[in-house]
Amino acid sequence: MKKNGRKLSFAGLGQLTIPLIAIALLVVFNLIRDPGFFSIGISHNNNGNAVLSGNIISIINGASELAVLAMGMTLVTAACGGQDISVGAAAAIAGSVFVKVLKAGASITAGTVILAFLCSCLVAMIFGMFNGTLVAVFRIQPMIATLILYTCGRSVAYWINGGATPTVSSPIVTGIGSFIPGIPIPTPVIIVAVTAILFKLLFRFTALGLFTQSVGINGSAARLNGINEKFIKLLSFVILGVCVSIAGCIGVSRLGLINHETLLIDIEMDTILAVAIGGNNLGGGKFKLSGSIIGAYVIQMLTITLYAMKVSSTDVKAYKAVVIILLVVIGSPVIKERFAGWAARLRGRSKKVSVKGAEE
Amino acid sequence: MQEECLLTMRRIDKRFPGVLALNGVDFTLRAGEIHALMGENGAGKSTLIKVLTGVYQMDGGEIRVEGERIAIHSPQDAQNKGISTVYQEITLCPNLTVAENMFIGRDGGAWVRQRELERRADALLTRLGIPARSTQLLGSCSLAVQQMVAIARAVDMKCKVLILDEPTSSLDEKEVQRLFDLMRDLKSRGVGIIFVTHFLDQVYEVSDRITVLRNGELVGEYLTEELPQLQLVSKMIGKELEELSYLGETEEKKTASAETFYEAEGLSSSDALPFDFSIRKGEVNGFTGLLGSGRSESVRAIFGADKVTGGTVRVNGKPAKILRPIDAMKHGIGYLAEDRKRDGIIAELSVRENIILALQVMNGMFRPISRSESEAFADEYIKVLNIKTASRETPVGSLSGGNQQKVILARWLLTHPDYLILDEPTRGIDVGTKLEIQKLVLKLAEEGVSVTFISSEVEEMLRTCSRLIVMRDRHVVGELTGKDLNQTQVMKTIAGGEA
Repeated sequence: MKKNGRKLSFAGLGQLTIPLIAIALLVVFNLIRDPGFFSIGISHNNNGNAVLSGNIISIINGASELAVLAMGMTLVTAACGGQDISVGAAAAIAGSVFVKVLKAGASITAGTVILAFLCSCLVAMIFGMFNGTLVAVFRIQPMIATLILYTCGRSVAYWINGGATPTVSSPIVTGIGSFIPGIPIPTPVIIVAVTAILFKLLFRFTALGLFTQSVGINGSAARLNGINEKFIKLLSFVILGVCVSIAGCIGVSRLGLINHETLLIDIEMDTILAVAIGGNNLGGGKFKLSGSIIGAYVIQMLTITLYAMKVSSTDVKAYKAVVIILLVVIGSPVIKERFAGWAARLRGRSKKVSVKGAEE
Repeated sequence: MQEECLLTMRRIDKRFPGVLALNGVDFTLRAGEIHALMGENGAGKSTLIKVLTGVYQMDGGEIRVEGERIAIHSPQDAQNKGISTVYQEITLCPNLTVAENMFIGRDGGAWVRQRELERRADALLTRLGIPARSTQLLGSCSLAVQQMVAIARAVDMKCKVLILDEPTSSLDEKEVQRLFDLMRDLKSRGVGIIFVTHFLDQVYEVSDRITVLRNGELVGEYLTEELPQLQLVSKMIGKELEELSYLGETEEKKTASAETFYEAEGLSSSDALPFDFSIRKGEVNGFTGLLGSGRSESVRAIFGADKVTGGTVRVNGKPAKILRPIDAMKHGIGYLAEDRKRDGIIAELSVRENIILALQVMNGMFRPISRSESEAFADEYIKVLNIKTASRETPVGSLSGGNQQKVILARWLLTHPDYLILDEPTRGIDVGTKLEIQKLVLKLAEEGVSVTFISSEVEEMLRTCSRLIVMRDRHVVGELTGKDLNQTQVMKTIAGGEA
């Protein structure tokens, strides 16, 4: 009984413990290194708008695409027990469609932007459905199924704009990628917030969360309780498709052009990592969207910290890997169990010991 | 007498935490005999086999092969000592050739020339009359032939003792005959065969001797020809025939209304042979038969749990199409699956989420049960069914078996079903909970709910059911009502009518 209580109290924050500790450590580390690291200032950008600036803003802003993708990836992971590695390539396609539609009209108005976004959404959802069909109907492992689109996606993106890397110059598109006049918060951050709220509403007003977790934990039982397993898996890929399109459009708007080769390159692995750092089981089942979002910010904060330490961009990946190994190992069930044991023993001893423990 | 004993196991004990799985069991196998090992589920058959094959280490007793005392440390060790096993599920590699499967993982295998192996494989296959070529992929052979290849592999390893664990469960009648021919052939070559099966007819067809286990203890060893089928069943179930007759009439059960709720004609599924079935409103009936007799497969077909392949179904007199679980649920049918872990609980979700799951599915994706509503439902059923859980948010996987079962019962009760199918609802749970569940079934019936109840314990079914459908070897072989509802009659029907 007592042992159980301890386990529960250790799990106090549950799966969010590790990502929150990671964020806290990064913050403390940065504050020691440079007390002014997290200062937020107000500056004026090229258009003369008053906007927020500072490292923390650029971290939160820079992680936007990753955060949006991580949300969708969480759902796919929970339902299918596997990951979609084609999100980067699919985002290049979505971005290309976005630009293609924008360039089709004579001028770019708010209407054309919305239309372009909807078109890119539709295309990304169709590709999601393709992946989802392979996984749900043909029971191909997600990573293998999405390997197809991962391989060919950027070629498809290349064809959409005839091999060119067209630019779009429009205040609206710039606004999406950076700041909307009068609002000091970067637009991508707002988009992430809106996406998160939409997900929250989706889980609030549908039973999708319960069904997805049931399918992910015990597909056989879910089926015998009348849940359409295939549909739930397919749906998770379609929803990820929407996220892909959002991420692709943010990416394009930031640069004002589509480069099918480099847009959100390698983001699929960071996305999967964000889900994992968020404490979600990559084998499917129970999930926490908030964990994945925090995971995305951990990754971005790590990257920015390394850049701030003047680590050259070629070396960043190696350093990142070291930290990630630590995070993943600490988050592993083996270490968690050990840690629960230590925590229990520490609590059993005098306060002096626990203070010492905290210093470490 | 002594020298013909190929294998003797004496006073074998095996303990698992909290259970004595084997208690001083003796087993003797002679050279050149087929020896059936019989017992109900949980009798200790598979534990005994696993001790013999080195999967488990015994806690007491001794094993002798050809008079020599041996210790078996691992399955590999058992093989080296001439004890080979062919399991129910084929454990070979379908994507390798027959020859590769026969020689894989054996000493020196890596350096023997492919041609040489194929020649040896072909020679053995011909000698044993197995219709396969050494170069074809194992996966391209029928299940029976794959089974035989597994046996050929064992034979080539110069096995003295061959254990066949449910070898016929996935074979059709012709394939079974072929397998039996092979078994008889091996027998004539002096191999001792231990045959584990649930099919009584097959035991009588092929075996020379029968050893019966019950509750981890030896009941006895018999010559097959001296043990009538009915007596075998009574030894497996553990009731002497005379004793059974005293049970007499079962107490009056409330008669159900005359209205039929569900009826099926020629219903069949990928796993169940065609059968007819009906149940009236407020009736409690049951499917009985030994494990593997097809009783679970039949009720799964009613619920649409397996692929339904034929038959007509009427619910409340109207034609109904039940192809998937959700169809059955929409017609007011609930199904508590036999395998609680695999098909019942969603272990990591809370008690609350597990309870509302079926109702939520019926409500559909877009009408979620609100948090407060679901908490109220959970609290209500935790109280009504007396579910012992730390809280309604406790993961259901951490509850005891009986309480997990109650959670699944709650899940179906919450949907207010007209017809509830309970497949082994009382397996592996304590006596108190068993009685609670039986009472609940009778109470539901009083309220007009139809219930189909399946249990390995015949007594339990006699207490609750007013009609029993008896199955043997995947066919319905009888239907018992009224004064025929007693153990003797049930066992006679299971065993095949002969007294």
